[in-house]
Amino acid sequence: MSIETRRKPPSPLGETTTPVKRRKQSWWQRMWRDRMLLAFALPGMVLLLLFHYVALLGNVIAFKDYQPFLGIWESVWTGLENFDVLFNGDPDFLNALRNTLVLTFIQTVFVFPVPIVLALLLNSLLSERIKKLVQSILYLPHFLSWVIVVAIFQQMFGGSGMVNNFLRSNGWAALDILGNPDTFFALLTSQVIWKDTGWGTILFLAALSQIDSSLYEATAVDGAGRWRQLWHITLPGLRGIIILLLILKLGDSLSVGFEQIILQQAAVGVQASEVLDTYVYNNGIVGGSWGVSTAVGLVKGLIGVVLVLAANKIAHAFGENGVYKA
Amino acid sequence: MTTTQYSTSQASSGASGRKTKAPPPPRRRRRTVNGVEPPGLIMRAIKGVVLTAACAAVVLPFLGILSTSISSPEHVTRNGGFVILPDTLNFGAYQSILSGGVVTQALAVSGFVTIAGTLLSLFVTSLLGYALARPGAFGMKAMLLLVLFSLLFSPGMIPSYLVVKEVGLIDSLWALIVPSLVSGFNVIVIRAFFSQIPSELLESARIDGAGEWQIFSRICLPLSKAVLAVIGLFYAVSYWNAFFNALLYLNDSAKWPLQLVLRTYVVNNAQLDQGDLSGVMESMPPQPSIQMAILVLSLVPILIVYPFLQKHFAKGVLTGAVKG
Repeated sequence: MSIETRRKPPSPLGETTTPVKRRKQSWWQRMWRDRMLLAFALPGMVLLLLFHYVALLGNVIAFKDYQPFLGIWESVWTGLENFDVLFNGDPDFLNALRNTLVLTFIQTVFVFPVPIVLALLLNSLLSERIKKLVQSILYLPHFLSWVIVVAIFQQMFGGSGMVNNFLRSNGWAALDILGNPDTFFALLTSQVIWKDTGWGTILFLAALSQIDSSLYEATAVDGAGRWRQLWHITLPGLRGIIILLLILKLGDSLSVGFEQIILQQAAVGVQASEVLDTYVYNNGIVGGSWGVSTAVGLVKGLIGVVLVLAANKIAHAFGENGVYKA
Repeated sequence: MTTTQYSTSQASSGASGRKTKAPPPPRRRRRTVNGVEPPGLIMRAIKGVVLTAACAAVVLPFLGILSTSISSPEHVTRNGGFVILPDTLNFGAYQSILSGGVVTQALAVSGFVTIAGTLLSLFVTSLLGYALARPGAFGMKAMLLLVLFSLLFSPGMIPSYLVVKEVGLIDSLWALIVPSLVSGFNVIVIRAFFSQIPSELLESARIDGAGEWQIFSRICLPLSKAVLAVIGLFYAVSYWNAFFNALLYLNDSAKWPLQLVLRTYVVNNAQLDQGDLSGVMESMPPQPSIQMAILVLSLVPILIVYPFLQKHFAKGVLTGAVKG
């Protein structure tokens, strides 16, 4: 290793040119110098630009009367006409918005704390082997697709599923669990809990293992019991990660369970199950009102970004790290 | 994740002074393990019940699905279409769906999409990650910003659909692969890993006359086998599980992947008849057995890669969370 490389701040993969004489190079020279790396980056960047950034530009049809046979550019500009649905309160849109917000609220209250409790339970297990076994069982559902999860729920709770077979064989009436619009949100919530609780414990378990165990010993000497330790040491130790995950959840608060709902919408009807994402799909791609659905999707995306940025600011204001430093 | 609050060492509080004075009354002193009082009998019982119930809620459905798919037709019919324990080993349902027809074809489609997609994704993602790990090179800082920003805002369903349509991928299997080929998050994870490789190593290779391609393929890739395995497995699971993009982009049911077949014949309960299976069986196995056999087929690849995933995924998730 030469002295020159030591003197310079180390760049991650080293320098392509020798740092001895650094004349200002022109753009073309630098491009030519790094042509190999640029070629490496090219396929990935082209795909990202096309399917992300060009697609982002495709949102212009929110301001147009998009006709598939005319194409994006030939379609007529209509200004904010497509946004009338939002401003004038179209009943279908309002219903979708209300369902989305209610579902997000329910899932934040009932789904979010479950992995924390499970992580505390797992963390307090004395036997390392039992802990590993329980973890490997509970993580599994996370890797199943929603199609499989919904199919499994049908086998358990459907008309000829396990629960109803049991009820019938004991002379009780069968329950309509999957097709009841009144309990649909509870069904969705329990599916989310079944699928993602185990997986959700990973980050909490990692945070728990970071807590300094001398804190527990010191408080035990001072006479603190298990519950006081939980309240004064464990939960404060989890505060950072809880806030981080809540921020991320807030950014996603307008998109809940799209695939999950699309798969089960037929059983309970649109009124009980429509959320913003399914509204965009049903009206745009199925129904053909491209402009209106794009407008709804665009506003939804913008609100999501604003929510994340705002929540991040608030977290910083309270002295927490948040998602990023800006 | 490996450390627990309770380990084998017995931390003692209040042990000093025991030599000279009489021991304090036992119920005043808290017995602790690493500073935490071990749970009492009731707490331990509650814990055991809760964790057993949680595990049963996951294991029981799997058992029932497998059992229904291999039970004899009479056993399945007698139990109303779903059994927990099989009476025999009867692979009739598997024979009928694997001997050609809709399900066999869907299995081939899903297999192709998963294997081709995963290999291409890994290749393109790691190339991009390698380039982005060199902030000194031309344009890399700007490109990194583009990748990071793409994580913040998704273009939305309809604009994405229109781009796929304009590119001419509608009704092509590549529509299931190309739009999701590069995940910005995975690029960031791989880049973070490549950035940690000591620059002396690469410097020495360069002095020996290695070009970028050689450094990438002979040094960086072998050093990052573990992280590539994790990311590859995550890509594979997401290709295998993809359902909605197939619904969106494929109108031709002959090109459907397994998840869409599963949705049609199991979730929506469409009738599969002799023609759909084109089997050579004289009698069809009962519908529930066939449905459960399809479900098992869609589960098996996940169950096969699961042990490998499990070995690494915590590491992968945490790398992304910390370094991202």
